[in-house]
Amino acid sequence: MSLLCHDECQRIFDQAHRAARAAGVDDIEIYIGANATALTRFANNVIHQNVAERDRMLSVRALIGQRTARATTNRIDDDSIRRAVEQAITLTRVAEPDPALLPMPTAGEAGEIPVAPSRFDASTAAATPEQRALAVKEAIGIVEAASATTAGIFETGEEAEALLNSRGLFRFHTETSARFSITATARDSSGWAKGSAVSAGAIDPAALARSAADKARLSAVPRELPPGRYTVVLEPAAVLDLVGQIFADFSATAILDQRSFLTGRDLAGLFGENVVIHDDAYHPLQAGAPFDGEGVARRKLRLVDRGTVEDIPYSRASARRAGVAATGHGLALPNETGEMPTNIVIAGGSSTLDEMIAAVDRGILVTRLWYIREVDPFEKIMTGMTRDGTFLIEGGRPVHGIRNFRFNQSVVEMLRNVVAMSAAVRASGEEAFDLVAPAMTVANFNFTEVTRF
Amino acid sequence: MVIPASSGQFESANTRARTLVVMKDIALRALDAALARGVSYADVRVEHARERALGTKNGQTGRLGSSESTGAGLRVIVDGAWGFAATDDLSPTGLSAAAEQAVAIARASALAARAPVLLAPEEKHECVWESPCTTDPFSVSIEEQLALLLAIDSELRRNPGVTLAETNMNFTRTRQVFVSSLGSVIDQTRTTSQAGFEAWAFKGSEIQKRSYPNSFGGQCQLKGYELVHELALADHAPRIAEEAVALHSADQCPEGTLPLIVDSSQLALQIHESIGHPIELDRVLGSEANYAGMSFLTVDKLNTLRYGSDIVNAVADARLEHGPGLGTFMFDDEGSPAQRIDVIRDGQFTGYLASRETAPVIGLARSNGAMRAAGWSRLPLIRMTNVSVLPGPHTLDEVFDVDRGIYMETNRSWSIDDKRFNFQFGCEIAWEIRDGRRARMLRNPTYSGITTEFWNSCERIANRENWTLWGVPNCGKGQPEQVMGTGHGASPARFRNVRIGGGYGK
Repeated sequence: MSLLCHDECQRIFDQAHRAARAAGVDDIEIYIGANATALTRFANNVIHQNVAERDRMLSVRALIGQRTARATTNRIDDDSIRRAVEQAITLTRVAEPDPALLPMPTAGEAGEIPVAPSRFDASTAAATPEQRALAVKEAIGIVEAASATTAGIFETGEEAEALLNSRGLFRFHTETSARFSITATARDSSGWAKGSAVSAGAIDPAALARSAADKARLSAVPRELPPGRYTVVLEPAAVLDLVGQIFADFSATAILDQRSFLTGRDLAGLFGENVVIHDDAYHPLQAGAPFDGEGVARRKLRLVDRGTVEDIPYSRASARRAGVAATGHGLALPNETGEMPTNIVIAGGSSTLDEMIAAVDRGILVTRLWYIREVDPFEKIMTGMTRDGTFLIEGGRPVHGIRNFRFNQSVVEMLRNVVAMSAAVRASGEEAFDLVAPAMTVANFNFTEVTRF
Repeated sequence: MVIPASSGQFESANTRARTLVVMKDIALRALDAALARGVSYADVRVEHARERALGTKNGQTGRLGSSESTGAGLRVIVDGAWGFAATDDLSPTGLSAAAEQAVAIARASALAARAPVLLAPEEKHECVWESPCTTDPFSVSIEEQLALLLAIDSELRRNPGVTLAETNMNFTRTRQVFVSSLGSVIDQTRTTSQAGFEAWAFKGSEIQKRSYPNSFGGQCQLKGYELVHELALADHAPRIAEEAVALHSADQCPEGTLPLIVDSSQLALQIHESIGHPIELDRVLGSEANYAGMSFLTVDKLNTLRYGSDIVNAVADARLEHGPGLGTFMFDDEGSPAQRIDVIRDGQFTGYLASRETAPVIGLARSNGAMRAAGWSRLPLIRMTNVSVLPGPHTLDEVFDVDRGIYMETNRSWSIDDKRFNFQFGCEIAWEIRDGRRARMLRNPTYSGITTEFWNSCERIANRENWTLWGVPNCGKGQPEQVMGTGHGASPARFRNVRIGGGYGK
């Protein structure tokens, strides 16, 4: 049974709209979300946490003149719908008027979604605890056979969302997702791998387990290298987690508020010639709905073209202020942030990961990064650690594991120093949302300290 | 079934009693549904959570919303293995389906099990408890709350160098009824309040920011609206605006090895990352190896490791006697009472945070009450309660009494490795200390170190008068990720030979 259907969404909207009109308010927007997800978690070679949850959400936004506010509930019965509407109206009436606030968009103003991406896989939605447990059991066996201990997750789920407003807009999206990640831990080393897809069938837990186990084996007895500037080969998850930190700044509102690193900057040639980045909700390896927080259709943007920052995402409000068209990246109103690109696609290169490693005379191979935080908001200096598979490359091959480094690296500088890239893949880490990214070889990467393992 | 919105002690006694009956009825129905399926243990949490969030930006209302969420989470042991299911469907059918699902999940867990789950014994508890709350934040009008935020916003922007002003308030109230197959019935209501503001100044090629009373949302405690009054937010706006602008004229914080003094809010985050997380026994035992990481604090270090210098004393204390922290409660989310644990005594490492499942591993007869879940839909995990460093004997003047050092205030960035050895923090502002006094202001300060070396270099801790129980509302852990509030009491402290300035090192 699907989590939400069009008719039910329309019925909830009609009910909410009647309640609003009874209170003298005509303009409302509702967002309905529903999710059913399950996650099988394992550690020390056993399943130790195994969970499932289902929830729904109704969020009502009222608009009265130049005022707007929102009330949200996870109860979608008659009384709760009415109470959410009343609460939204009560909040709206006391909000400060915002001269820049726009009427809700009509279907025409929200734009047409070219080809709605198909991101639903029925077998993933129907995945059972037994299926996940058996896949986990096989993965545990592979890592144990390599004399390591394993921990990880296998998650499957589906979600549905709908956005309707009183000017006739009706958006609907549903999708499934699957994630498998695994860490193999040996006496003094570890390895990690992760896969993420719309369909559980597109993920190979056994292959990921072999990869994690291999990394743990190959990085055993790690040696300590001095911190300093090194050429690094960052696997896609490491690229995603680091480069993924900068995209909140690709926002017309953030630039206007002067908190974006793009503020007042010469955007021509900001990055290297080989850096091309799009925001593309329709990319086959991407996820998420093709409309934004007001229901505006997402447009494909060329954020960076051959190193030059080109397109900037606009919400309806920031677009009106700038006299341009909204791009479909606005966040749910009201908010302070404006807009953000969430479907990042970093164009890849023509090398394979093996070729990239082979081209490095002396450098560091990084599987994964951890606990990345912003040190400097304008230069985008990020600090963080390497983790779960860090190797010295000498003469074009990984020769041994090394103790993990702390880095303090400007992402602006890093994207000027990319010397090679693999093909882009759907990358999944833990520090930024999934994106499509290649592995990157980066020169002069700044490691500042080394830890004890 | 609809649960009436709870407003804690501000409801009539009749309404409260009626709500309890409804929530207890749901919880017991779910428990019965689980027990009927042959589980060896089950517990159920039914929760109703309410939130109000307000914010302003440059004189305009920013976020303005309210939300509520109600649901039930069922945890069971079947065939010696765990299963958990959470549902928003509180009808008899929905609860029965959730029980069925939890049991099926537990049976699947048993497919990859080695030994049956064993829990340390716990007693049956019955309790009704509400956290202290003098002024119900939900009864204060939104107009009044917004007016205060807008007045602060306006005050910040009176300084022409401020390019962005932001303010925020956030209030939550969560009522939870916990029942278990041990016979416990525990009804807890917790109210939290949070408030703060930020002044940003962009100039040339630098973005500087100052926050009050802390960064990332301000102060957050287990209190009512009285917290907002206590913070005297508006009084601090002119100074914070001035400092944000002045940072552009300040010198870059130098690199070097120097005495470091940190303010109590920064020390609270230092405690969180380098004491609080390492003592979580589930990390130590490998449960978080794939995500949040493990801990250098392996079980052989209990009572043998010199964690800090002799003057360092730390506790994990969930009891109300410790203060109104985000880690304060009467019972944890598996029905164990709130307790105080000595974590570091006179510098010696003495205790972990544990659960009923992990306590026996380190020889504890029972859990020390640290299992907490981020809402009804999530499984309880070992989480920090209020992990605090106890105050020392020193006045502030004595803490600052160095020939040359660096004093840092208010966190800007934080990072630590996945075993909690190597950390690096950045702060919003610093001053060079010369002969015990603040000298020049410094911008972009950072410091770094190794956990035990750092705590062993602690040479002065300020006294109780300077001690604050800070709230960290955004601690992430677990898969699926759970965001939890934790408390950390700290007073300003001084450390020897700390590496300064590495964040901007070339």
